Order: sequence, then structure tokens, then C-alpha cells
Amino acid sequence: MKNTVEIRWHGRGGQGAKTAALLLADVCFKHGKNVQGFPEYGPERMGAPITAYNRISDDELRVHSNIYDPDYVVVVDETLLEAIDVTAGLSEDGGIVINTQKPKEEIIPHLKGYKGKVYTIDARRISEEALGKYFPNSPMLAAIVAVSKVMEKDEFLSQMETSYQHKFAKKPEVIEGNMKALRMAFEEVK
Amino acid sequence: MAIRERLSGNEAVAYAIKQVNPDVMPAFPITPSTEIPQLVANYIANGEIDTEFIPVESEHSAMSATIGASAAGARALTATSSCGMALMWELLYVAASNRLPLALTLVNRALSGPININCDHSDSMGARDAGWIQIYAENNQEVYDNFIQAYRISEHKDVHLPIMICQDGFITSHALANIELLEDDKVKNFVGEYQPENYLLNEQETMALGPYAVSNYYMETKKAQVEAMKNAKQVILDVGKEFGEMSGRSYGFFEEYKLSDADYAVVIIGSAAGTTKDAIDELREKGIKAGLLKLRVFRPFPAEEIAAALKNCKAIGIMDRSEGFNGQAGPLTAEISAALFRAKSQAKVVSYIYGLGGRDYRVEDALEVFDELKEAANGKEVEQFRYIGLRSR
Repeated sequence: MKNTVEIRWHGRGGQGAKTAALLLADVCFKHGKNVQGFPEYGPERMGAPITAYNRISDDELRVHSNIYDPDYVVVVDETLLEAIDVTAGLSEDGGIVINTQKPKEEIIPHLKGYKGKVYTIDARRISEEALGKYFPNSPMLAAIVAVSKVMEKDEFLSQMETSYQHKFAKKPEVIEGNMKALRMAFEEVK
Repeated sequence: MAIRERLSGNEAVAYAIKQVNPDVMPAFPITPSTEIPQLVANYIANGEIDTEFIPVESEHSAMSATIGASAAGARALTATSSCGMALMWELLYVAASNRLPLALTLVNRALSGPININCDHSDSMGARDAGWIQIYAENNQEVYDNFIQAYRISEHKDVHLPIMICQDGFITSHALANIELLEDDKVKNFVGEYQPENYLLNEQETMALGPYAVSNYYMETKKAQVEAMKNAKQVILDVGKEFGEMSGRSYGFFEEYKLSDADYAVVIIGSAAGTTKDAIDELREKGIKAGLLKLRVFRPFPAEEIAAALKNCKAIGIMDRSEGFNGQAGPLTAEISAALFRAKSQAKVVSYIYGLGGRDYRVEDALEVFDELKEAANGKEVEQFRYIGLRSR
């Protein structure tokens, strides 16, 4: 079933990893794909590690299990690198995207010898610059779309703008900031 | 033209409720319920439907108020999950024995304890003897479709029984996935206006409802419920067929997936069926004749039909997502084994318990089951009742 891209999100409760996974499913749905977006539910608390998943496919999606061998992993909070085996089962043809202010060389030793591609992005700086607050989920969403190439940049941005207009209908002032965060993240992930 | 959308299972049911626009919805509006009552309350607050929403103080009251509304002559429903359903227990039997055609949309989750919020079928399986129709779904599409069929089945004059529309907690209820929705007018035409035959607010014909039944009458009431449940079988088939003509998606008692020539079959309920289908495709590529019977309707129980569909299988693995503690089989296995015994089946039957309290069920688990069924069919002694997916340490 390799018409399917599988993505696993690691975050901490309150950072929006679940929301980002649902937004990714949403935007890929609009792109014409079959999608799944689902979090792993437990006793959720602010700051506790949480996991969320995406399957994106041209085929019908029938599997309802969690994802153990993802193509991509997104780490929304770099302190999880110590707590969670984030590269478990991760395909070496895929990659991992990590939110960090550190250079890549300092991160790689924490990845248990993972040989696939490693991408980093400073979602904190982007978010604070674009939104004035730390909401890492928008930059991380753009980063995983850029890395996984599940859709083209221009289409992604235009679909997200429509989504935000709907989502933030009552506070349109935050739309431009979120769009800026997406554009910056698309360029800066490396 | 079907409407291409993406909704969680909860959103799908809430949308179906909006399209059906029932008269009354009492519900306990917080945990352990799901977001279904909240979403419906939003539709009502936005003026999109005119359902009367009654926030009550417990699930016991939710089912009581639903019973009251239905008895008065309204099309009524409630929504709950897990321990919330356990608190309704007493009233489940009251709804069924009073022959009230009301609906319960249930998100299947484990019962405490230990405390757990995740998916299994303990809640509804425990209520299997309450006299309700029970219909299960593999995904958000099916639970949407099932809800739209619900009142056509339960309100039918030969049935008059409450109906439970079930889906897997979190796995489908909270997962965003593609779905095809029907247009509002199509749903309205299909479901139709409710015309209660006997109801308390009918001043032309006064009646008593729920009186004491002495020993001289109690048993006849139960026998009448059994007859109604039997009648429900034909109604479910007719409604499922008519729904197919309208939507392109037909429904029966169960779905057979590559079952007609299968040597080894798995019988399963709910979202795990989809995962099993992927395992079957893998095995078929290797020439292994694996197949699936996905049970949709557990009450009424289609015993003869299941036995007939499985008659050519050499080994059958029956998968239960709840425990019955009889030490030899889960509840689904026990009932299917009885059906196979009556049909004089010679197939080897293995009872598997899986997925309790949200334990993940993977393609690999299904492959392991089929592997064992193959060995059982070849005469190897295998454990006839066992757990899969247990921790190794």
C-alpha cells in the first residue's frame, strides 16, 4: 500500500499537534485525497506527550490501527527527543522534522542512529515573529507539507487561507499572522 | 449527487441527526458522553433544526426523558458512551418492553475498571439482552448511513423496538476521514414523518404505558418482544436495500469480504473489519483463501444467515472486543458457535479476545489469526480461546 503516506506527530498536550494533524487531513482532503487524521487518546494533560497520526492516500483507507512504520515524523517539542523513541519504525526513505533552535548537528546524535533525512525548523521564532505568540502548529504543518510534498506550496497556501477564513471568521486579525507563519516555515525548513 | 466531505464519526452522526431533525433529544451533556449532543445543541442554537434539547442531570434521566418523549408520541433519541450507558441500564429494558421506537447513538468504549476511556464493545455487549436492536459500523460512512436507516427500522409497525446505532470510540468517533453525505431532501424523504400509532398525548384514545405486569402477563410481553425482534430482520433487509437504491450503498445483516470461496474466515464487528480486509488482501496475493464476515446487525441475531455464509469454511476465528468471563469464548463467539452447532457445522472455531480498552488491533494481528486458523484447519491442536495483542512483559 505505498500509495499511502503515513505521518506520526509527537507533541505535548496544549501545543496543537492534534489540531495540526486534523488540519493536515483537512487540507489534503481538499486536495482530493483520501485522508485519516486521528490522535491517540489517553489521560490528556497540558504538557504530557501526545501522539497523532495521518494517512494520506489515493486509495480507500481501511486500516484503523495506529501507525508504527511512518514515512515521516513531526516532533513539535524537542524535549520529547529524550522521553520518546521518535524514530521508532520510521522509514529511512522518509524523514523527520524537528522544531528546534539548535543546529542540526546537535540534534542528530539524539536520533538513535536514524539514517534518513533530518529537517529542522525554528517554529518558536517563526511563530513569535508572525503571530506574536508561541503556537508551533502552523509552522510545523507547513514544514511537513514542504518536506513530504503531499501537495504543492501554492495550492497549500491558498487552501489554508480559505480554512483560516472559515476557522477565524470571528477574529480575522489572526489570519495574516498565521499565513505569514506558514510562508516563513515553508521557506525555512531545511 | 453525493456530497464529498470529511467528518469525524461524531460529526457524521450529528449531521445525520440534523438531517433527520427528530423531535426531542434529552442528553447528559458532558463526559462520558461524546461531542454528539454538543454538536446537535449547536445546530439547534443556530436555528438549523427545531429539535427540543433537554440537558439532564444523568444518563438515567436521559433515557427516562427519552422514554417519556417517545411515549408521548415524539420521535426521540439520546446519545451516550461507556459508563453513561451503564447508568441507563435499568431504563434500557423499560424502553424495549414498552415497545418504544427511540434511538440511542452509542460510541462504544470500555467500562471501568480499571478506569479507561478507549474503545471496546463492553458497553453494548453487556446490554445485548436488553431487547434493543443493535447495529454496528466499520467507519464514519456506515454510522452515518445506519443512523439514517434507524427510525425506518424501529418505527416499523411490525417492530416497535428501540434501536442502538453503535460506532467504535475514538477509532472512528474522533478520527477525521472522507465521507459521502446525502442531500437533506433525500434524507427527509427516506426517513419520512413519524406517525405514532399509540401515544400518550392522543386524547382520542387514552392508554396506559408501563404498568405493572403480573406473572400472568409478564412472559407474554417478553414473547411479544421476541416476535418483534424476529420481524425486525425482514425490515432491516428491506430498509437496507431501499437505502442502497437511494444512496448506492446497500446494507444487510453483514458484509462478506472475499468469503464465498474462503477456507479461513474471521468474524468481526466494527472498525477492526477494515484492518482485517487489508490483511486478507495480503494473504490472497499469496494464494491463501482468507475471508471476512463483518457483522453489522447483532440484534436481531442473524444466526441461520451467518451459519450459511460460513458453511464452506474450514476454520473460523471469531473476534470479540469484550469479555464475557465464561472462560471459553467471548459473547459473539458463543452466539455464533450455537448457530454453527445447529447448522451441524464441522468447522474449527477459535475464539479471540482483542482490542480491550483501546488496545490497538493491527494488520499483523489479523495475519497471526489467519496463520493459526490455517494450522487449525490442517488438524493441529490450537488453543480454542485466547487473547491476542497482549503485552509480552
